[in-house]
Amino acid sequence: MIEFVAVEKWYGDYHALQAVSGRVELGEVVVVCGPSGSGKSTLIRTINRLEPIQGGTIRIQGHDIHAPGRDINELRAGIGFVFQQFNLFPHLSTRENVMLSPMKVAGMSRKDAAELADALLTKVGLAHKIDAMPSNLSGGQQQRVAIARALAQRPPLILFDEPTSALDPEMVGEVLAVMKQLAGEGMTMMVVTHEMGFAREVADRIWFMDAGQILEDAVPEAFFTAPRHPRAQKFLADILQPRSGAPVA
Amino acid sequence: MEFQLSFLTSGDVPSLLLSGLVTTVRLFCGAWILGFVVALTLVGLRTIPFAPLTMLVTVFVAYHRNVPTVVQIMVWYFGMPSVLPEPVRLWVNRSDTEFLFALVALGLNVSAYMSEDIRSGLRAIPHTQLEAARSIGLSAFAALRYVTLPQAIRIGLPPLINRTLILFKDTSLAMAIGVAELTYQVKAIENLTFRSFEVFTASTLLYLAASLSLMGIGAWFAKHYPPPYRS
Amino acid sequence: MLDILHRYWTLLLVGSWPNGPLGGFAATLILAGAGILISFPLAIGLGMARVSPLSLFRWPATVWVYTFRGIPLIMIIFWAYFVVPAMTGFKVPPFGTALCAIVVYESAFLAEIVRAGLNGLPPGQIEAARSIGLSYGQAMRHVILPQALVNMIPSLVNQFVSTIKATSIVYIIGVEEVTFAAMQVNSVEMTRALPTFLVLAGYYFVACASLTYAAHRIEMYIARRRVQPAGQKPIVADAVEVAG
Repeated sequence: MIEFVAVEKWYGDYHALQAVSGRVELGEVVVVCGPSGSGKSTLIRTINRLEPIQGGTIRIQGHDIHAPGRDINELRAGIGFVFQQFNLFPHLSTRENVMLSPMKVAGMSRKDAAELADALLTKVGLAHKIDAMPSNLSGGQQQRVAIARALAQRPPLILFDEPTSALDPEMVGEVLAVMKQLAGEGMTMMVVTHEMGFAREVADRIWFMDAGQILEDAVPEAFFTAPRHPRAQKFLADILQPRSGAPVA
Repeated sequence: MEFQLSFLTSGDVPSLLLSGLVTTVRLFCGAWILGFVVALTLVGLRTIPFAPLTMLVTVFVAYHRNVPTVVQIMVWYFGMPSVLPEPVRLWVNRSDTEFLFALVALGLNVSAYMSEDIRSGLRAIPHTQLEAARSIGLSAFAALRYVTLPQAIRIGLPPLINRTLILFKDTSLAMAIGVAELTYQVKAIENLTFRSFEVFTASTLLYLAASLSLMGIGAWFAKHYPPPYRS
Repeated sequence: MLDILHRYWTLLLVGSWPNGPLGGFAATLILAGAGILISFPLAIGLGMARVSPLSLFRWPATVWVYTFRGIPLIMIIFWAYFVVPAMTGFKVPPFGTALCAIVVYESAFLAEIVRAGLNGLPPGQIEAARSIGLSYGQAMRHVILPQALVNMIPSLVNQFVSTIKATSIVYIIGVEEVTFAAMQVNSVEMTRALPTFLVLAGYYFVACASLTYAAHRIEMYIARRRVQPAGQKPIVADAVEVAG
């Protein structure tokens, strides 16, 4: 489904992605984790071309996403993207947020788009908030609307960029529950997250990234019980047993 | 419409343009200095907890910000002589009357805006700065002078630079009362020679040179004296 | 001062209308209002060009804005007086010339307001809009401009105030607005100059002070309504410096 071949990216002199290669198969859930600045968000943002790359190839369903003549809007319409900051459109109601892409990009009629939006919002548990404005929703509710918005594109694949990092702890669960449900339905997903519980339960594979490279690509059991790379070991140690303030070695 | 560069160097044209430019610059500098001094005074006056005084400052600022600049110049030039005391009026009539009134009007006008720009700069400084200054023994005035005001001016720099630019352009309004600044001379040359294109172009370029320089100076200041707090 | 007001308030308000063209403060407001309305579409284009990733659009727009912000309005009026008849072939009345000058002058300032409005939205908005497959044009039309235009309203009202004040200089080319009317009064009431001009100042003061207050109230209303989620600050149009 998604293929990275030796992807290179620089921000000026900073080498953000270094010869990154990997595959995500149809129906797989891949969780990308790692310390801050490792390049994980950058990596998934290259898939829908929110970030350009300077070298290598990225393919979706076999097609090079940077091929000349490739319609970038068509590409993006076929990929769902959920942002850390939700980025709902505040001047539109919840329903209108979800309807926008089907109407303007897929050309659906207003009636059909509204039906689709209502169904998706019900699916994520927000039937009672269909007419509300985003400013009247909690963070967790807004993020679920954002997921419904992505689903409205009927994408074969959804990307999640730290979907719960901006949420208060008590709302994280409701969003993860929706994501788990999608995974159970066979959606291909790539998720950048720090939620290791989710990773352990739902991921088919885990990519550990540090300093622009994928250092480990393993199934959850293997990753959590016996990580091979020393930096992965350190990362897990830090995340699963947070230190009390002792200086970092 | 043909453009003849030689026209600009013939006859009285260069000297008229130059004297116009010099008058513009003199007016600008004089008004700016007056304006800045008055602005600081206004800011200082506002710290005195005496309601009628604060009221007076508020009215002063409101008048100068809501009335057009050229009307303010007219009020001074046409209106004020009747209320000025005799000796002052005599002195003004002997000197360069129009220039003086234009300078005063422009200076007070810009002072009102600058005082507000400095005030918003002051508001942006955390209250803790003033507390720290007072707790080391500085009086309210000294705290203002040594601690808060220098910081406020840095923060207020972008609007202050912008206001300076507007002042430079507003010197052209003085032509309405006959001050022989650049725009006045442009019109005078046009009346004499009926050749507009060359002289309009020259004066436009002169104004642009001045504004772009002011913007450049502003950018330099913003870079070397950045606001101490990131908003 | 009150008797000047009493005797000449209609002249100052509407000029010699109905026995002549509409003048006075009514003409001032029409000139300022029409200037902004006509200039606004142009300014939206310029503002979008100013933030465009394509230098083909960005450079000319930047030059236009810097030029017309950098010279006094009176110079633009002189240019209009000189250029407009030459371009259109017939003699344009002073009101028309002044209107052209004001449209061009305003376009530069309004463009900067538009630019600040566009830049004031969180970058996540354009990213989200593009991520759901909207083209740049669709994203602008359905997501960015609706929000940016509402946020710009206080700045636009303030710019209207500035324009009202700016029109005070057009009497020089013979436009019969309120300053022109006041000069007429002054030439009749020769010893009453101070009250005459203070009354003139009064007309502007009332209009501008009320509009400025209204802009402030609108700004507070918008800021209250648009509290952003995820810890982002309320969106208030950036304080863009307006003229005068």
